[in-house]
Amino acid sequence: MNSQLLSLAIWVPILGALPVFWIGSERRTLVRWLSLAVAVAGFMVTIPLYTGFDATLSSMQFVEQSPWITRFNVQYLLGVDGISMPFILLNSLITVLVVLAGWEVIEDKQAQYMGAFLIMSGLMNGIFSALDGVLFYVFFEASLIPMYIIIGAWGGPKRVYAAFKFFLYTLLGSLLMLVALIWLFLESGGSFNILDWHQLRLGMAPQILIFIAFLVSFAVKVPMWPVHTWLPDAHVEAPTGGSVVLAAIALKLGAYGFVRFSLPIVPDASHHLAPLMIALSLIAVIYIGFVALAQTDMKKLIAYSSISHMGFVTLGFFIFNQIGIEGALVQMISHGFVSAAMFLCVGVMYDRMHSRQIADYGGVVNTMPKFAALFVFFSMANSGLPATSGFVGEFMVILGAIKFNFWVGFAAATTLILGAAYTLWMVKRVVFGAIGNDHVAKLKDIGGREFLVLGLLAVCVLAMGLYPFPFTEVMHASVDNLLKHVMASKL
Amino acid sequence: MGMKTLYLLVPLAPLAGAILAGFFGKILGRTGSHVVTILGVAVSFALSFLIYQDVQAGTVFNGAVYTWLESGGLKLQVGFLIDPLTVTMMLVVNFVSLMVHIYTIGYMADDPGYQRFFSYISLFTFSMLMLVMSNNFVQLFFGWEAVGLVSYLLIGFWYTRPTAIYANLKAFLVNRVGDFGFLLGIGLIAAYAGSLDYAEVFAKRNELAALTETVTGWPLLTAICIGLFIGAMGKSAQFPLHVWLPDSMEGPTPISALIHAATMVTAGIFMVSRMSPLFELSDTALSFVIVIGAITCLFMALIAIVQTDIKRVVAYSTLSQLGYMTMALGASAYSVAIFHLMTHAFFKAVLFLGAGSVIIAMHHEQDMRRMGGLRKYMPITYATMFIAAIANAGLPPFAGFFSKDSIIEAVHFSQVSGAGFAYFCALAGVFVGGLYSFRLIFFTFHGKERFRETAHDAHGHDAHHDAHGHHAAEPHETPMVVTVPLILLSIPAIGSGWLIGTILYGKWFGDAIYIAEVHKGVETMAHEFHGVVGMMTHSVTTLPFWLAISGAATAWFLYIVRPDLPAVIKKKSGFLATILEEKYGFDRFNDWFFAGGARMIGRGLWKGGDEAMIDGVMVNGSAGAVGWVSGLVRLVQTGHIYQYAFGMVFGVLGLLSLMWWLGQRGLI
Repeated sequence: MNSQLLSLAIWVPILGALPVFWIGSERRTLVRWLSLAVAVAGFMVTIPLYTGFDATLSSMQFVEQSPWITRFNVQYLLGVDGISMPFILLNSLITVLVVLAGWEVIEDKQAQYMGAFLIMSGLMNGIFSALDGVLFYVFFEASLIPMYIIIGAWGGPKRVYAAFKFFLYTLLGSLLMLVALIWLFLESGGSFNILDWHQLRLGMAPQILIFIAFLVSFAVKVPMWPVHTWLPDAHVEAPTGGSVVLAAIALKLGAYGFVRFSLPIVPDASHHLAPLMIALSLIAVIYIGFVALAQTDMKKLIAYSSISHMGFVTLGFFIFNQIGIEGALVQMISHGFVSAAMFLCVGVMYDRMHSRQIADYGGVVNTMPKFAALFVFFSMANSGLPATSGFVGEFMVILGAIKFNFWVGFAAATTLILGAAYTLWMVKRVVFGAIGNDHVAKLKDIGGREFLVLGLLAVCVLAMGLYPFPFTEVMHASVDNLLKHVMASKL
Repeated sequence: MGMKTLYLLVPLAPLAGAILAGFFGKILGRTGSHVVTILGVAVSFALSFLIYQDVQAGTVFNGAVYTWLESGGLKLQVGFLIDPLTVTMMLVVNFVSLMVHIYTIGYMADDPGYQRFFSYISLFTFSMLMLVMSNNFVQLFFGWEAVGLVSYLLIGFWYTRPTAIYANLKAFLVNRVGDFGFLLGIGLIAAYAGSLDYAEVFAKRNELAALTETVTGWPLLTAICIGLFIGAMGKSAQFPLHVWLPDSMEGPTPISALIHAATMVTAGIFMVSRMSPLFELSDTALSFVIVIGAITCLFMALIAIVQTDIKRVVAYSTLSQLGYMTMALGASAYSVAIFHLMTHAFFKAVLFLGAGSVIIAMHHEQDMRRMGGLRKYMPITYATMFIAAIANAGLPPFAGFFSKDSIIEAVHFSQVSGAGFAYFCALAGVFVGGLYSFRLIFFTFHGKERFRETAHDAHGHDAHHDAHGHHAAEPHETPMVVTVPLILLSIPAIGSGWLIGTILYGKWFGDAIYIAEVHKGVETMAHEFHGVVGMMTHSVTTLPFWLAISGAATAWFLYIVRPDLPAVIKKKSGFLATILEEKYGFDRFNDWFFAGGARMIGRGLWKGGDEAMIDGVMVNGSAGAVGWVSGLVRLVQTGHIYQYAFGMVFGVLGLLSLMWWLGQRGLI
């Protein structure tokens, strides 16, 4: 009965983008409203995924299966568990906000802009629900194209360099994944079904090779140190909407890959290489935290902050305890809200001042009090203040890390100081103080549409901070199942 | 209505006030905003009183409101623990908060941020209540950080001032350093006790005390307690994390009274008392606590002597008094620490609000060198502040005497290492306390009326300086909304000490505080206690009394008899005075080493690591390498089909042999 839901989540936005293209950018009002309608419809069809979800089951739900390329036994196989389901909702919600955020500020080729985001939304849902290796790979690679176009066409002055760097990095990364997928296909006796792969028995050497192949691909996406340098460039050049989707959803794809592929398929390699992964994660938390402190461009600062926060995600996965993995997943969702909000906030200022330089601001609160209140709120969430979503994931991962090894927890907990330092120092220089210059003096506070977008995110951030129970409740069974796979040797 | 509903209403009433004043401040208007917030706190206070009576009757409540999170075997709930310790804190917090709310009507009367201010202080009251009423570590940490947030917002309330926004960032970050330790302590508890519920953790404390941390090899409970106490050092501004508190004086005075004297900064003291079942099992932790408290107590008091800003004197005095409380904790005299917390809340609130009253009268002048002789003009402020100063100095019969004397006594009885040093600091601190308290009073309210000279100086050659100067400088008593809270707070500043028999020796705290058998200090004191009057008459024969008196006398001599002397002494003691005026150089060092160092590391990693190494060598280097390789490849792209065909054949052969070779070794 509900079996078409995942297909709807994928194809409603993608097919909805076609009439948006067809109407064309001349009829702006119609384009906007139609895009919004498609985005909202795309979100609505994902709601039953949550309401109809059975949290007691660890198996895949809403499964759809039909043959696709029979020659290679490739299937159109979709399904979600408690790990992937929340991201489909998050992605569809963020798409609505991105459409709203691009309402007025995108003047050039608005139809194509909106269409690109709608298509990307569908593709991302495809990534989170694909259970066939080839299908996953197709969605994974296809999602690069709209993002590449968004940065390349609507980006800043160095957009071509940034778009290219983004594309090459992620493409080179995923080529190795393709090799791994084909190898797994052969090894499993001709199946591309990811769940079949979870049952494979593999030797240590192939496990490590596969782990590294996946690692290269996913680490670039997350991004993990030292393959992170494409992200600040991409963010700086991307339009606000692009940054929002990039930070809120695209970064999650890599992390999702680890839990869907690396951990359950090659658990022994995962254990064997866990110290490396933990080290890289902690470098992301600390090293990148320091780098964020030195930034002079707000978008770059938030981009680095994203990398640092994603360090908690990879850390949580590789300490192999339930609170760590669930904390990492919670952190992924929370980061979706908070980083989206932070980039939107910078976007709000950029639309008015056409500058992202911290030094060009000062005393924004004097002219934009409503905006300042929201910005300070999201900054606090970014610094992991309790009662905001930003706290929950970090707290869980730190608890898990201390349980795993005190010094790992110690290193991770430094984010409490570093995160607050780089975020609030920026707030001090941008928001507070006397009016910095004439441009700031002329700023207008946020309008109803901007307030709606930021307000919705604020509600999400607060709700998740005050009552994270429902978020983790849907994960328990699936995470238990994941841990079972990770803990059982496949040698 | 069940008691549980009442418990819920206690924090929620101020929260409702904060939300109304914060989001609908424009609609409510100024009066509407202060009415709703004051109503919220008043309701909360009244309910606290009802709950207090219920607790007196023997009720102890420990229960959950809702499950916040469940993961990995940890069930984290939001819930309340209502016992005598909680209810004492609820009463103190709500009473001082209510007074401060009323006082604010007068103090902030002309401020454009009126509604915002009321919203913040009500939000603060909510957060503080959540902190003290918690029955678990997560909610404690929530309250802990939430009061920090409101403190941040309030220190930076006048956000256009560079000093204010510097101070609030500093306060937040220094507190985060403390929270870092706090969180590690909580993490260790979660890892080894498998629970973050107070009762469950306390039940396992003997098992925990027997364990060592597996990775570090530290005795577990000591590590936990020191971690938690580092949190307390941040929040309760203990050396060396004290640096944020003096700067927090940039905030409006009502919050200095509420947050930075009476309530928030005592959160650390409360927390350690709440954790007494854990701290009691680690003498190492107690030693650490008592030494930190002793250093703070004496060395911060010394700085107070050289300060000229009236609020900063009170701020350093607060640091010193917090040091006393911390020492009491280290001496296992938790009830005494809470008792001093309570009396201190009252008399320090009077000192701060009185200072605020003076500041209003002086048209926002805070420098005591431009005051003097104010007692004629502001009799109520003078009288209340005088009472508070005596209490602060620890002289009978006022509140501070009973609590401070008990602390000194408890430290005297303490057997943990470092207690001897602490006892010395406690005694020396009494002399210094007498000196700075009365210096403040004499400097501000007695002697020459220096504000007249100032007006002259400040306006220089302004043609209208006479008329204007006269108008601006003539001080006057502040309005009722300011003086009434002062008077109401002076009552407990005088009398609350007389409750000593009930609070310290009368089972006031019931089972809320645990003291190990070996730490007998308070028990001995109970045997020696023979009523309030006995304690006072006995004190006249003891050292602390005479130290305080001589401190006060010194102040009298230096600031009334020979007001020319302080300048001479300062000149003669050049180096020492500089050390004190530089506050031992902490601010300079922190700015240079931590703030500057972190920025330098950040820049170094960014420019050297990300840009030069990763992008420069690896990324663009590999782009360069690709260019080089493609140059090579171009050599073989000859356009001759046969060459391509050969290449393919050899390539396939190569691949096949590689696979065969790998297959031979069982690698594929």
